[in-house]
Amino acid sequence: MTPDESLLTWVPRLRRYARALAGNRDDADDLVQDTLERAWARAALWRGVTDMRGWLFSIMHNLHVDGVRRPRLATQAIDDDTPELATAPTQGERLAVLDLQAALDQLPVEQKEIVLLVALEDMAYADIAKTLGIPIGTVMSRLSRGRERLRALMDGRDQPVRLTVVK
Amino acid sequence: MNPITEAELHAFVDGQLTPERHREIEASLAQRPDEAQRVQSYRDQKRELRALFDPVLDEALPQRVLRAARPRAAWYSQRWIAGLLIALISGAAGWGLHGAWPSASPDKTLAVAGFAQRAAVAHAVYSAEQRRPVEVDAAHEDQLVTWLSKRMGAPMKPAHLQALGYALEGGRLLPGGQGPVAQFMYRDAAGRRLTLYVSNEIGELSSSASAARGNQSETAFRFAREGRLNVFYWVDGRFGYAISAEADRTALTEVSSEVYRQLAKGVTVD
Repeated sequence: MTPDESLLTWVPRLRRYARALAGNRDDADDLVQDTLERAWARAALWRGVTDMRGWLFSIMHNLHVDGVRRPRLATQAIDDDTPELATAPTQGERLAVLDLQAALDQLPVEQKEIVLLVALEDMAYADIAKTLGIPIGTVMSRLSRGRERLRALMDGRDQPVRLTVVK
Repeated sequence: MNPITEAELHAFVDGQLTPERHREIEASLAQRPDEAQRVQSYRDQKRELRALFDPVLDEALPQRVLRAARPRAAWYSQRWIAGLLIALISGAAGWGLHGAWPSASPDKTLAVAGFAQRAAVAHAVYSAEQRRPVEVDAAHEDQLVTWLSKRMGAPMKPAHLQALGYALEGGRLLPGGQGPVAQFMYRDAAGRRLTLYVSNEIGELSSSASAARGNQSETAFRFAREGRLNVFYWVDGRFGYAISAEADRTALTEVSSEVYRQLAKGVTVD
């Protein structure tokens, strides 16, 4: 397999994760494009990379965390994918699905990333820890909080009670 | 049976437990409807997330993503005339974008790679020079040091590489991405040239970015190759260094280590 083919094979999965992370197509593809460019800029390191997926997702994570901090102009793409009126048979499903997207967007990014890597990539917890550069205990606590929060949002419940530290 | 931890409950949902533990928890959930309901709800979440985002896998790839997935075009041609052309173009572009560049390109890695690329182009252009490979030759090393240090705003002494078979020919000042860069030229007994390219733009370019990222160590050596030219480069503090030669990788590694060693001792740059 030539290097460009090997990178190309990961693109659909990078796009899926980016779409879920960024919430819209344009920002997601910006993120994918930046990730690929950075991966090429570091192509000299590929030989030492044993887990290409983890490496690529880790690049995307760093870029996303930086990008989230960077203020940017909100854009709304109008193209062929702009949904038209939903057809009757799928409408109920579509509404449920939009709820999930909206709920997902309300998760803090550090919880969202882990919930998504587990759900979309079936990534092992240890690999997530490596990809995000955090201890596995942190992965578990963020996964737990993220899932519980998502459940609360989907059920229309209020946020779980938060403990405040009183000094 | 050991009590079920929160982490185990998630590992159960995700199938990341040993088969024995999985069975134990499965059995115990039958007695705990609340926990069983949570497990079910987490499984539903996963399924719905897949249903929502899996269709992305089947989308046609946008052109810009497709382009980014392919290897970039060669940035260095062995024909020095092409190198000169690139230098002229990037020099002009650098001038036009002066000041706008750092914010337009927040990606440090790309910036560093861009620096290595400029080093390679500069090597290609000047190492091919027979009559004027340098602006100030090694016979006037004192003047070279004074001049480059003044223009670079930092003590700038060439590394000494005689032990590795490379004699200093001299150096010159060049335009970098935003300001001056120094190039030192060496040659071995067979007349093969090696250049050391020093830029102080990297640190300024990256200081805010690396501070925001918790100041990752950037002293790792990186290696780029195009055609017969090998480039070793690294960033140390404010400075970026690139060593270019048509020598093999082992020889370049030796030179890089030696330059790095002399820098660490403060021989070249304080």
